Amino acid sequence: MFARLTAILALVAGLAMPALADPDPKDWEAVLEEAKGQTVYWNAWGGDPRTNDYIAWAGEQVKERFGVTLEHVKLSDTATAVSTVVSEKAAGQMAEGSIDLIWINGANFAAMKENGLLFGPWSEDIPNWALVDPVANPALVQDFTVPVEGLEAPWSMARVVFYYDSARVDAPPRTMLEFLDWTQANPGRFTYPQPPDFLGTTFLKQALLELVTDRDPLYAPVEEGDYDAVTAPLWDYIAALTPGLWREGKAYPQNGPAQRQLMADGEIDIAISFSPGEASAAIANFELPDTVRSMVLDGGTIGNASFLAIPFNANAKAGAMVVANYLMSVEAQLHKQDASVMGTPTVLAMERLSPEDAAKFAALDLGVATLSPADLGPALPEPHPSWMQRIAADWEARFGVSK
Amino acid sequence: MPGRRRPDLLPLAPWLTLAVLLLPVGAGLAGVIAPAFGWFPALGGVTVSLAHWQALLDWPGLPDAVWLSLVTGLGATAVSLAVTVMICAAWQGTRAFAVIERALSPLLSVPHAAAAFGLAFLIAPSGWIARGLSPWATGWAQPPDILITQDPLGLSLMAGLVVKEVPFLLLMTLAALGQVPARRSVLLAQTMGYGRMAGWILTVFPRLYAQIRLPVYAVLAYSCSVIDVALILGPTRPSTLAVQVLDWLSDPDLSLRFQAAAGAVLQLGLILAVLAIWRLGEHLVARAGCACIRRGHRMARDGVMRAMAMGLALVMALAVGLGILGLAVWSVAGFWTFPDVLPDQFTWRNWARQGDGLARIAVETAVIGAVATGISLALTVACLEAEYRHGLRPSTRALWLLYLPLIVPQATFLIGLQTLAIGTGWTGARGAVIAAHVIFVLPYVFLSLSDPWRAWDARQGLVAASLGAGAERILWRVRLPMLLRPVLVAAAVGFAVSVGQYLPTLLIGMGRVSTLTTEAVALSSGGDRRLIGVYALSQTVMPLVGFALALALPALLYRNRRGVLDRG
Repeated sequence: MFARLTAILALVAGLAMPALADPDPKDWEAVLEEAKGQTVYWNAWGGDPRTNDYIAWAGEQVKERFGVTLEHVKLSDTATAVSTVVSEKAAGQMAEGSIDLIWINGANFAAMKENGLLFGPWSEDIPNWALVDPVANPALVQDFTVPVEGLEAPWSMARVVFYYDSARVDAPPRTMLEFLDWTQANPGRFTYPQPPDFLGTTFLKQALLELVTDRDPLYAPVEEGDYDAVTAPLWDYIAALTPGLWREGKAYPQNGPAQRQLMADGEIDIAISFSPGEASAAIANFELPDTVRSMVLDGGTIGNASFLAIPFNANAKAGAMVVANYLMSVEAQLHKQDASVMGTPTVLAMERLSPEDAAKFAALDLGVATLSPADLGPALPEPHPSWMQRIAADWEARFGVSK
Repeated sequence: MPGRRRPDLLPLAPWLTLAVLLLPVGAGLAGVIAPAFGWFPALGGVTVSLAHWQALLDWPGLPDAVWLSLVTGLGATAVSLAVTVMICAAWQGTRAFAVIERALSPLLSVPHAAAAFGLAFLIAPSGWIARGLSPWATGWAQPPDILITQDPLGLSLMAGLVVKEVPFLLLMTLAALGQVPARRSVLLAQTMGYGRMAGWILTVFPRLYAQIRLPVYAVLAYSCSVIDVALILGPTRPSTLAVQVLDWLSDPDLSLRFQAAAGAVLQLGLILAVLAIWRLGEHLVARAGCACIRRGHRMARDGVMRAMAMGLALVMALAVGLGILGLAVWSVAGFWTFPDVLPDQFTWRNWARQGDGLARIAVETAVIGAVATGISLALTVACLEAEYRHGLRPSTRALWLLYLPLIVPQATFLIGLQTLAIGTGWTGARGAVIAAHVIFVLPYVFLSLSDPWRAWDARQGLVAASLGAGAERILWRVRLPMLLRPVLVAAAVGFAVSVGQYLPTLLIGMGRVSTLTTEAVALSSGGDRRLIGVYALSQTVMPLVGFALALALPALLYRNRRGVLDRG
């Protein structure tokens, strides 16, 4: 009888525990202690072998330093992780969920935040937050204009660049309007991933930012602006562009990698990318000819940050925070920016680092087709995510259905 | 067993089997239908409404997507069946048929996605065929801007399905042919002056079709709701309904999940409609056949048709074979661009990079496949034996229940199932994944085995019984040995089905259980043909071993007693 009572008490305590005992990042020693021996299931897109290798490397580091085992759950789409958390909530699993860490940003973050699926706030209390400068780099606290509020930690920066084959293209277009002229002179040699793919939608947003006279409405929810009037120039532009696209716009590559394959097959000459290091990485991986170069548009291109979030019901929250903090360290960021590893820009602010550490970043070899931070030009902030969804749906109705 | 009689559990087998199949499907369906009508409390859906159906109907691509699913599903199935029948009618029983059989059966083990990738690389304007002819014959220094894959009519999608479904139907036909006296029937028809093909189609096919009907329906439902092949070869403006449903399901805007659920219910209705259309077609074809017999044309001059059948078989074998070869070359390729026929340089780096991980995942895949197949085979044999001994013959309606897992679109019913699995706390484990695989493996094993099993000449059992053998002994010493070929073929099919499962592994394994297929699909989202080549090859080799064993073992074991496996 007594044994049974103890068991019931233990069960009740077990149910109540997670809510009471969520690790507090302000007490970092305790977090480190709790993290020791934990296994962190990191759900992250698994479509890029270089990123996978980097995650495996990071796993070795946190195992050695903090005793945390990192398991990379390779996703083909981040939304799968979101639906897993939704399903767990639907099934009433409020603790010991199957996901500890998600590579996330933009609309997926907005959806999880809105539905109360995230743990936190925590990210502004972990030690390496001191190395970033959210004032100089507002993308770190405004994820597609949605306030981050400590619910996710930045681990990588992304910028829109275009890459082109310099053996086939002498003077690539530098503005969206020049793209129109270029496709008319070179029909069938340019395309963009089919919206609602995020890269294709990014192309639309990039065009919209250049074509509107007033950008302010784009940074508020779409319902607050005059959608039709704001986007009219975009649809005129896309309608004019489409006949000069690859396959005359009758088919589109389904995502960025498929677009890169078209480039490798010589089917197109210019492609859009969200990773300044992609072209160099692909050249090193034999995927693109070594004559490929990167460029940006006059007037700036869209930039954003990639984040790490912890679901509300994560099993290893302390371990997840330790991993996120490590990924924001000088060592991990330096390794990631190395062109032979991933070649993606750091989230750290150079003036917050020691001079020795900053010098290491300055000395990095970025790769033959990667623009230097200075050449990347100004970064334009992401519009509010509601625009992205509305524009993607509108594109689908106008161009995504054969007429 | 001395002293105590063992309780006979056999009559429970059909119920157990139905429970294994129907409980998860029922739960999964509930998890689809409720959100389709607005009920999904975790997402704030607590009122029943038709709003999401309205949203579905308002989607501008709906008519095109539904039409495309309908046409490609029916078209691919009709063409696959026609080609299978042509090949069998023209060549069954000849030495050439053995060659065709040997050329096509390995194709069965090629996963759909791998075959589709291979085919796409062959026929694309920058593909292997164009490279082979450029620039010397075509004058193309860069690939022409022609729409071949992703064509709006779905022709390349149908082609991708046909090259995979013909080997499946052919294997099902072969397994069933053992129970139809085909050779004698065709000979008889030929003595009456009929051509070989006409004789086969008019005398063998009607009896044969009764045995392969359910596999044909499975092909039909599959072709209508396929996702991976449609993603690779199908049109995109819009794509098929199934692909669109998955798109909505994976949209960051969680409210689209309701619309996805409505779309999935529509997909289910679409499949039922397609089955009804097919059923109607069966009647029409049967009437046409009877009319043809009454008219009495002998159709003796079928030389051209026979040559065509051979040609089609070879083209298919070549298309998939060259496609896989293309992927094999990609897996060791350095830089390789148009119009080079071969890469600039070769490298093992793509394989070396995967190394340990690949071996570990291959073992995991094999274990899951073997256990799921073993469970499915045991349940199937128990059911069939219960049916034989206790006369528990399932009604046609009960048999249809077996088809639910193959007919209900995977994507959405699995979401419902995942919610259930999480509720019971049984996710992320290998055991749970195996259980989920059984749901899909079991119907195929049952499908493959039930007809040959039932068509077994029960007089063999009577003879054994009159010699004093009990039911157990008849099963183990007479029936199973005689049916060894179909049993092994069923096991090989089951294993291949398990290896090919993507969504069940991903959703029930919560991403923690990796198989070759989940790795391949995750990597293929990165579009790198080199990695796709590495995983597609590994994914192909594994079921291939199963099929090789299924074909080689009976021949090897019975090399002195070929009559045991008589095919009629």
